Amino acid sequence: MEIRYKLLGKELFLLVSGELDEHSALGAKEILDKVISLNASADRVVFDLSGLSFMDSTGVGLLIGRYKKLRQYSIPAYIKGASASAERVIELAGLYGIMPKY
Amino acid sequence: MENVNEMTLEFSAKSENELFARGVIGCFLIRLNPSIAEIADVKTAVSEAVTNSIVHGYKRGNGTVKIYAKTEGRTLHINVSDNGVGIEDLSKALEPFYTTKPEEERSGMGFTIMKSFMDEVNVISSAESGTQVYMKKTFNSDEKQV
Repeated sequence: MEIRYKLLGKELFLLVSGELDEHSALGAKEILDKVISLNASADRVVFDLSGLSFMDSTGVGLLIGRYKKLRQYSIPAYIKGASASAERVIELAGLYGIMPKY
Repeated sequence: MENVNEMTLEFSAKSENELFARGVIGCFLIRLNPSIAEIADVKTAVSEAVTNSIVHGYKRGNGTVKIYAKTEGRTLHINVSDNGVGIEDLSKALEPFYTTKPEEERSGMGFTIMKSFMDEVNVISSAESGTQVYMKKTFNSDEKQV
């Protein structure tokens, strides 16, 4: 599981790739939180999941946790690039309701 | 006479084995030529059950998780079991978004996902014998792998 990020203007893209499960989620959380706090002046954050080959409900918990953290900074969050299978998990959890598709 | 195949896998209840368990069940199914979506569904459901055993059954302590799988024609039967602490309130556990560990950013969606991605899910749990999650799925696609 790998995390990369890029800041384009005032938009922070967080690219999560590989397999996101309970094993990789803890490390992902720490890195994501660090990147977010270093870029807290961003207007919006986009979680780019196009590199994810697997995601289960741990990924949902991780994204909800990051959403709550971003809310403290008043930064809206979006999701892009979910695969068909990740999308089924995301939709079951109603995640697009709080983090719309980018 | 339906073609029958079965396997049993037993492994340490360690997070790093979640990936391993998904890989094994995926490989076991290939023979049935399921669609990509069907394989993903099964791997996700198994990942949820195995994670539950590790995180809740053994609370990230020592233990083993056992997966028994059987294919009969195009139907898959899976049993994921542990000898952990058991589920105290099963009806609550099955509710979407209910979790006993909100502080850990757990979504409480594990059983909801299992029930949505598999055709049938049955859970038996007690403090004495741990937890067994039985899941079943019949593959519909006739997609051939090349």
